[in-house]
Amino acid sequence: MLPEGARLEARAINAWRGDRHILRDVSFSVREGEFLKITGPNGVGKTTLLRVVCGLLPAENGVVEWRGKPVHSSSDDYHTDMVYLGHLNSLKADLTARENLKFLAGLREALTDADIDAALDRVGILSRGDLEARSLSAGQKRRLALARLLVSGAVLWILDEPVTNLDVAGIGLVEDLVREHMARGGLALAAAHQRLLDEEPFLRRLELD
Amino acid sequence: MKRAATAAAANLVFRRDLTLAWRRWDEVAQPLIFYVVVTTLFPLATTPDLSQLRSISGGVVWVAALLASLLALESLFRSDVEDGTMEQWVLSGQPLGWLLLAKVASHWVLTGLPLVVMAPVVGTALGLPFSAWGTLVASLLLGTATLSVLGGIGAALTVGVRRGSVLLSLLVLPLAMPLLIFGSRAVGMQMDGESPAGPLQLLAAIFFLTLSLGPLAMSAAIRISVES
Repeated sequence: MLPEGARLEARAINAWRGDRHILRDVSFSVREGEFLKITGPNGVGKTTLLRVVCGLLPAENGVVEWRGKPVHSSSDDYHTDMVYLGHLNSLKADLTARENLKFLAGLREALTDADIDAALDRVGILSRGDLEARSLSAGQKRRLALARLLVSGAVLWILDEPVTNLDVAGIGLVEDLVREHMARGGLALAAAHQRLLDEEPFLRRLELD
Repeated sequence: MKRAATAAAANLVFRRDLTLAWRRWDEVAQPLIFYVVVTTLFPLATTPDLSQLRSISGGVVWVAALLASLLALESLFRSDVEDGTMEQWVLSGQPLGWLLLAKVASHWVLTGLPLVVMAPVVGTALGLPFSAWGTLVASLLLGTATLSVLGGIGAALTVGVRRGSVLLSLLVLPLAMPLLIFGSRAVGMQMDGESPAGPLQLLAAIFFLTLSLGPLAMSAAIRISVES
């Protein structure tokens, strides 16, 4: 059987938060080498949409398909292919930066110390590798969370406000990481307020209102 | 890089919790201290006469172990859910039930096992005869392990509830009653010179039943808890 092309498609997603109907018939599709930027004012449902796409939140109706299959029917395969960076960094304050990567990203991929060092180096916090996460700055914590993307081995990146707390160099880092990921034929979705990769040919937009 | 095996992932979860506990040992020691204090209070409140204490010693150790286990349960999944680690586990592509079972196993090693190890000491202080040590330890081994899994289900269900500790006790305590009854009965039968095999086998049966259904129940409950 030929492998189905990597393609994420959402059709007519509806979702409620409490008694508010916040996503109404949202549809999009993303292919290999495409970056979908989801914009819209606060509270419009960007995070909700990303969580529905991840499979963390059930949609009221509508369907999300990955490689042509509904994601809820083959969720372990789908989750192997995707990685989610939420607005929480998913870090343990009592573990060092290295241990945080080892114990969380290691659940997905068998990581060596060299893999971890390379990822920490790429996001610019290698020299902080043995510090406890509690003593990192907010921007360094975000960089550590970004390092998780690099060692995830995932094709599909789902990023919720990836540049929160990052300085100018950090925003440049996120842009570079996404560009490299696009060049590898990856897919990415991101909710973002800021200017992010606005001039790139692979950018697609989804405006929620 | 290659895909991590499920056993390797479960092992990472187990080792991570031991590492975290090593750095926060004061929190981990609380149930054990509670257990020793409660059992020490009984002779003060009732009688220092060992021959009278002996008849209730098995029951006292069991009640104290049950309450001490409950004390440690509420925080089981809370910090992982609050800092976003749990949603990453759900999305890791690994069977969530195995990861949660590994977490419960490390929780038992940190809180249940010390209670079992200390049981002969606190039991002796209450006049428990040497001949009943084996039965007390065996019943507590099965009982605390079952309680950790049962408590894991309860903690997974109540992790999204603010101040869920009362609810957690209400959920878990009724389910723990058979453990208390069979566990203290086994110790009592041993001291009366009868064979404790019956209650111990029932404890083992409850343990295996809980162990087989626990991971399914915990992962279903956690999936609901991370939805919010």
